[in-house]
Amino acid sequence: MSNIVTVFKRELSSYFATPVAYVFIVIFLLLAGTFTFYLGNFYERGQADLLPFFNFHPWLYLFLVPAVGMRLWSEERKSGTIELLLTMPITMWQAVAGKFLAAWAFIGIALVFTFPIWITVNYLGSPDNGVILASYIGSFLMAGAFLAIASCISACTRNQVIAFILTVVVCFAFLLAGFPLVLDFFAAWAPQGVVDAISGLSFLDHFASISKGVVQLRDLIYFGLTIAFWLYASAVVIDLKKAD
Amino acid sequence: MQSTSGDITMIETRQLTKRYGDLTAVDGISFKLEPGRVLGFLGPNGAGKSTTMKMIAGFLAPTSGSASVCGHDVVDDAIAAKRMLGYLPEGAPSYGEMTPLRFLDFVADVRGLSGAKRAQRIDDVIERLHLNGVLEQPIETLSKGFKRRVGLAQAIVHDPQVLILDEPTDGLDPNQKHEVRALINRLAADKTIIVSTHILEEVHAVCSRAIIIARGRVLADATPAELETRSRYHQAVSLTAANMSAAKEALSKVADVAAVEIDPQDHRITAFPKPGRQIFIAVNQALQAQGVAVSEMQLESGRLDEVFRTITQGSGQEARA
Repeated sequence: MSNIVTVFKRELSSYFATPVAYVFIVIFLLLAGTFTFYLGNFYERGQADLLPFFNFHPWLYLFLVPAVGMRLWSEERKSGTIELLLTMPITMWQAVAGKFLAAWAFIGIALVFTFPIWITVNYLGSPDNGVILASYIGSFLMAGAFLAIASCISACTRNQVIAFILTVVVCFAFLLAGFPLVLDFFAAWAPQGVVDAISGLSFLDHFASISKGVVQLRDLIYFGLTIAFWLYASAVVIDLKKAD
Repeated sequence: MQSTSGDITMIETRQLTKRYGDLTAVDGISFKLEPGRVLGFLGPNGAGKSTTMKMIAGFLAPTSGSASVCGHDVVDDAIAAKRMLGYLPEGAPSYGEMTPLRFLDFVADVRGLSGAKRAQRIDDVIERLHLNGVLEQPIETLSKGFKRRVGLAQAIVHDPQVLILDEPTDGLDPNQKHEVRALINRLAADKTIIVSTHILEEVHAVCSRAIIIARGRVLADATPAELETRSRYHQAVSLTAANMSAAKEALSKVADVAAVEIDPQDHRITAFPKPGRQIFIAVNQALQAQGVAVSEMQLESGRLDEVFRTITQGSGQEARA
């Protein structure tokens, strides 16, 4: 456990040692605000809730989370520090978990900085704060799922640009897994059971049900398992590709 | 291949092998290393030196065979083996955005150091590697020499019993090389060290034993002095004389001299002995008898670069046979 904390602290402080952290947080807040007020018609709707704010999170994450996650392992591989990290007396899973949690916490920090919009909506009306809290939890979990995918793909290549693009594509597929765009691709040849299973993987569906204020166990388990699966895959990929 | 009883083995490899598809990078390397020895890994680029070190350090898993550090198998008991080790990977990678101080703090934490011991160890390596002036600068802004020192510092911060250094002096200027070698010599007093290099002078400067590797195989395993005896130049006599032809003629007449050569560049004359013979005294007498004036004369102990070339290049046919 203490090894995870050590890796976590190093990783998180490295975000703030470079402009990456500040650029990310500022862009995230700017885009979140713009989408909410201009595309989401926050005022015009005349309702005291944060739906227009949370509705855009999946699309923001689609590009911003891969930007955070692309460096997770590809940078270690490119600079050779992976050799240093993995010859320290820590296990592979401690390294994978520590780095992932640091990146996740970083996105969590960015999410916390959106608090002014919560204050705004409470000032303008009396929203259901339980729903807002559930939405924040759902948003954070979804970011974690995106990030776990980014971790695994970043482990595949030492090129951050490739890691970024591939992650966006895979995340996009998961986001829209329940939509015809993805399902039609499988419906043509896969049995109905497989198609149903794929439609059940949609991030959007699970996020939508949480952000209605219903924190169901199955949605929590879904995101938990997704994160666990992709982190496990990260460890496998790192182990296989250490030599090159 | 049992060692004599009572010996402690710090590092042992048994038929250590690494294959990438059809390519065999390391092909059945076995050796044992006792405490306090400095082992030099020599070999051309791509000979398998780094791959062997990466397997001992626990970064790469062997395809077959095994390695152990202080009795801990590097695969089955990986964490215990890694605790015993300090490792400087090739090129001394480190986290560029960190300062040396924070980097060393991180390594000390991962290595499980705490309290007064931790502070004392960090101060000690900062002192030893003269990092005081750069503690607060990001590592990526440091010169190559300082980066290497930071890499060495992280390798020894936990005072490991076994050190593996992959080309610790590669790319450094002569002063920095000298400093790193002096450091290795000081560390050798109470540690077991493996150093890889392709700089042959280094072997003399730091190693008590040398293993020459080419194409993944051990081609020679001996002390540097023993390796030198394999050289054609071992016990040869080199000299500079104003009258070269007279000197050459005098040398050719000495009974035990096998051949006489003149270096085309510095015009030094070298007389090679017949195998197992000593010729220095006879050469000296012959020159005096003939009245040849000599401005300097030297008994050669052997040339490692020549041995290295003979061993690594001569193995081509042998390895394929």
